Amino acid sequence: MSLEIKDDEIDIVIGAVSSDMTSFLNEWRPIFSRFHLIIVKDPDLKEELKIPEGFNLDVYTKSDIDRVVGSSTSILFSGYSCRYFGYLVSLKKYIISVDNDCLPARDNKGFLVDAVAQHITNLTTPATPFFFNTLYDPFSEGADFVRGYPFSLRSGVKCALSCGLWLNLADHDAPTQALKTRQRNSRYVDAVITVPARALAPISGINIAFDREVVGPALVPALRLAGEGKFRWETMEDIWSGMCVKVVCDHLGLGVKSGLPYVWRTDRGDAISSLKKEWEGVKLMEEVVPFFQSVRLPRTATTAEDCVVEVAKAVKEQLGSTDPVFARAAGAMLDWVKLWKSVGSSSSPPGV
Amino acid sequence: MAEPATISPATLLKDELDIVIPTIRNLDFLEMWRPFFQPYHLIIVQDGDPSKNIKVPEGFDYELYNRNDINRILGPKASCISFKDSACRCFGYMVSKKKYIYTIDDDCFVAKDPTGKDINALEQHIKNLLSPSTPFFFNTLYDPYRAGADFVRGYPFSLREGVPTAVSHGLWLNIPDYDAPTQLVKPLERNTRYVDAIMTIPKGTLFPMCGMNLAFNRELIGAAMYFGLMGDGQPIGRYDDMWAGWCTKVICDHLGLGVKTGLPYIWHSKASNPFVNLKKEYKGIYWQEELIPFFQSVTLPKDCTTVQKCYIEISKQVKAKLGKVDEYFIKLADAMVTWIEAWDELNPSGAKSAELPNGAAK
Repeated sequence: MSLEIKDDEIDIVIGAVSSDMTSFLNEWRPIFSRFHLIIVKDPDLKEELKIPEGFNLDVYTKSDIDRVVGSSTSILFSGYSCRYFGYLVSLKKYIISVDNDCLPARDNKGFLVDAVAQHITNLTTPATPFFFNTLYDPFSEGADFVRGYPFSLRSGVKCALSCGLWLNLADHDAPTQALKTRQRNSRYVDAVITVPARALAPISGINIAFDREVVGPALVPALRLAGEGKFRWETMEDIWSGMCVKVVCDHLGLGVKSGLPYVWRTDRGDAISSLKKEWEGVKLMEEVVPFFQSVRLPRTATTAEDCVVEVAKAVKEQLGSTDPVFARAAGAMLDWVKLWKSVGSSSSPPGV
Repeated sequence: MAEPATISPATLLKDELDIVIPTIRNLDFLEMWRPFFQPYHLIIVQDGDPSKNIKVPEGFDYELYNRNDINRILGPKASCISFKDSACRCFGYMVSKKKYIYTIDDDCFVAKDPTGKDINALEQHIKNLLSPSTPFFFNTLYDPYRAGADFVRGYPFSLREGVPTAVSHGLWLNIPDYDAPTQLVKPLERNTRYVDAIMTIPKGTLFPMCGMNLAFNRELIGAAMYFGLMGDGQPIGRYDDMWAGWCTKVICDHLGLGVKTGLPYIWHSKASNPFVNLKKEYKGIYWQEELIPFFQSVTLPKDCTTVQKCYIEISKQVKAKLGKVDEYFIKLADAMVTWIEAWDELNPSGAKSAELPNGAAK
């Protein structure tokens, strides 16, 4: 059922928020070496990047970012958001992006998980957002639609986004991890599911893949916390971006999958010290979630760019006065769409 | 009496849960379940020929109802209970006096988890029902209340208390619950994937509810668990649990209750005949194309604050909108009303059915 995808249709984009990429790339070598990599160095990072030999890659640094987007908009790409620059300049159809503190995981049988292959499978088999299949992904080997699943919904829709999970250090927020300092995720759940239409979820940016041509503009580097830092506990940019993508996908009739593949997330940082910074993000979610649950896009928005512009308008109107971070996010979303149109390579309307 | 070592140490809800089993042949399968089921009360609903004697294995505490009993207890209202179809099991829900129900088919056995250990399906269902659900926002790490899991970053704290769980929908290893066309195309496919997860089905999302391995809070949602008119004299079969599931989910969404799916697994041993199934399901396969959009668009008014009121309202809409699809739905709508009348007679109000303030529904 899945399409034949050539390696040269894929870019692997890594945001380098720390400088030593040696063990990261060496661990991923068996899986990454066939593909073209885009490494974007966090413009705030002072040290030189250490990158081992033997990869087909392009590295972008602050000067590249400034040159391409101008130093006034380059603010969009600092910290974890540096990876979005990679999405912008990529020429490929599919992008896979993992945080640079994640390594390949092992499945229940002890085999190394090829996260790239699994993400590609997720993106190239249909999603089923309109009715929940209790045996999970009906397109995986050994599974199918269950009794009671309407036949007219069995062809599914295009999957635009694939969100993977994490073993070891799961993506909990700082308060949760601080409370359960020793808790690590050891449960390997062998499933991929489609997140149902209109259901929202916190889509973590740690391990994702997407169809750049169809939804690239909807992954927006927009929500920057005042105290944003260099640990995931100190950011919300990916959560905001993920909610935006889900709303856009729901509107355009595209699918979002969650589940496999897993990556192994190394222990890094201290939840308790991040607690002070992340509190802002935790509070903001109380506004963010009801907003995205209620946002409605007009029928005239038929591309991801159109949708992002509409969401940005709604953000400004409904959240702009609640907190300056939202007004800035709305502005950043519009800047991003402008950049996408001028710098980004062709995107195609969905449903093609 | 089984060895103490094989009985679950914490026999949760021993006096608050009934196990409802529809059967037409025998109950030999209970032997395998003995270590897990023996502490609980069973309600056996005997379908088919009432003169047949169904042997219940020694040592179980049970009540058994055949068609004569159903007719005697319900009188004219017995018309809403299906004959010659496992849909008759819902009679068991109606006569139960307990807070929780677990229902299982007589061809479902104890499965093993990936470590080789026997799965106590009943215990897992109870855990599912006793912990909250999270229908308003999907947790990507699945059930956050399980040991070793939690809510992920970005999950609003105000939603972390969750809502009461009304339904726990379990799954099946070995023979999967496929419809007849799929069975015909893939007669040898077996479900061997053990997915170690429980998840809440989001609000606004419908699903195909299978009655083979199902538990629910009878007080919270029992009145919605009508398994419809199936089998003898009816144009359709094998859609009983589907019907109940769609009604139940719409009502749960309206009242702010949760529905979980996933663990526990049971081992489904018997593949029914796909040609027989096709005959039964045939109409359903066409009708469900109308039924799904119907249920997806049902809205219940604010003053429907109990399950019964919601259910009667749905029956009105079934009659109005689905009556055009087939006369069957007019009969079904009437049967739905009869069911509620019978339910209320056997379960006098004030005591059991929960009235939830509409503020709970988001």
